Amino acid sequence: MYLYPKWIRAWHVLNAAMFLILIVTGLSMQYTDKGNASYVVGFAKAVRWHNFAAVILILSYILFVTGNLLTNNGRYYRIERKGFLSNLKKQFKYYSIGMFRGEKHPFPVTEERKFNPLQKITYVLAMYVAVPLLIISGIGLLLPEITITTVFGISGLILTDILHITMGFCLSIFMIIHIYTCTLGSKPTSLFRGIITGYHVSEDE
Amino acid sequence: MKLFMFRIISFLSLINLFSLTSAGSSLFKTENDNVHDTVSFVSRFEADNNRCFKCHGQEKYEYTNETLGKQVKDMMCSERIIHKNEFYSSNHKSFSCTDCHSEEYVKFPHSGTLRMEQKYICLDCHGGDAKFAKYHFEEIDSEYRKSTHFKMEDEGFTCWKCHNPHTYKITVRNSTNLKETIAYDNAICLNCHSDYNRFQLLSDKAEINIIQKHEWLPNQASHFANVRCIECHTKINNNIPVSHQIRPKAEAVRLCNECHSKNSILMASLYKFESKEQRRDGFFNGIILNASYVIGANRNEYLNYISLIIFFVVIIVIIVHVVFRVKKKTKNIKEE
Repeated sequence: MYLYPKWIRAWHVLNAAMFLILIVTGLSMQYTDKGNASYVVGFAKAVRWHNFAAVILILSYILFVTGNLLTNNGRYYRIERKGFLSNLKKQFKYYSIGMFRGEKHPFPVTEERKFNPLQKITYVLAMYVAVPLLIISGIGLLLPEITITTVFGISGLILTDILHITMGFCLSIFMIIHIYTCTLGSKPTSLFRGIITGYHVSEDE
Repeated sequence: MKLFMFRIISFLSLINLFSLTSAGSSLFKTENDNVHDTVSFVSRFEADNNRCFKCHGQEKYEYTNETLGKQVKDMMCSERIIHKNEFYSSNHKSFSCTDCHSEEYVKFPHSGTLRMEQKYICLDCHGGDAKFAKYHFEEIDSEYRKSTHFKMEDEGFTCWKCHNPHTYKITVRNSTNLKETIAYDNAICLNCHSDYNRFQLLSDKAEINIIQKHEWLPNQASHFANVRCIECHTKINNNIPVSHQIRPKAEAVRLCNECHSKNSILMASLYKFESKEQRRDGFFNGIILNASYVIGANRNEYLNYISLIIFFVVIIVIIVHVVFRVKKKTKNIKEE
């Protein structure tokens, strides 16, 4: 089943590459210390690469949002209220118990339903909440002159940075879980193959 | 696409450049900008000093040329102008002009030989005096003698090149507004390092361009507004209030994590007088947060722990999940 058109695959690979650079360079800046000047990458290099990757990430995010608006892909991210919690529970139960008992997938992938309910809510939170907050706070740190100086007596830069590193951390955890759950296809590698070739192989095929 | 990306990057750089220029203008503040118009201090030598300020307190002065028998209006040489407000806000405000300058100056026209008088240096008054012992003026002097400024012209370079005795006031030790203190202290350096005429008094270099020389520094404007030049350009000495050993250009701090780290050197320089309060609300080097925010130096201890816990919980859950998957697969293979 052809599920991932070329533009999604291009965006996905760009997004993934930039995220990896941003995580490594972000950690290097946050945990830099005297004596370990070359912690993963040195601070100065980390700043340069972090800024560069951030600009590319912003462009790739614009591509993602525009693509979802202009094509049918946006419909996969629409959350229905009806049965929202019970569907989440069903999916969670499958991942934690059902799949070990050999139960069938409660929400198999179809052309109309690319994501299961748990995937959908996570992707929406990541792409439409965490990434915009990460980008906005990142721009605030890239151009500290435009950041509000104080908010209720607390430095605007601290709040911006805490928001930035918290979102960065949440998205890094998302990335770990995302990569792991991608091994849960019909074969551990089939979902990875799918995002490269564009074709999804379901468990029944 | 490349062109589009280039345009976006150029646009962002333009915004950055704009903010840099606006911050740059505050960087080039002069000492005068920090002096308020009204000074409440009343000197007991006010009447005596006013005789000097009458001419030396402003740009224009007027006198009677007795040889020609006429009233003359003239411009005061800029180096000889001492603004009254600045003087009465300075550390030396309680002095009479003739405490340091010859009594002969009360006569006008001043004798030409007076111009050649030997000027005092800090140690002439502050050295060997128990009252000033805690400021370690002698050690400041010996540090200054090792400094690259002194080496450039040991006779010509005196304390006064940086600290104008008529206007200088201690700032960082009593600072209530660190940003103003930083601008004031940086103005002392920029007095020569952004004025080619003054710079040429000691150097033959063809040009000076602080902005260009510091181009390698990310967020340059932010650095200039939030730290003093001496943070990177002096060798820290914990015995004296402010480091005075200006290092040669090649030895200036260039490693970001000298400041951007848990053991930030800023705690031994800019924040030295406040650094007793080591950690506040879980932030390392919390005192910096009053005036600024330094990536790497101000990481939050609690957030560090929480993030580590979440990270390890996720990894453990994944490992347990994998173990169950492997078990199931082994069981399936056996059944087949």
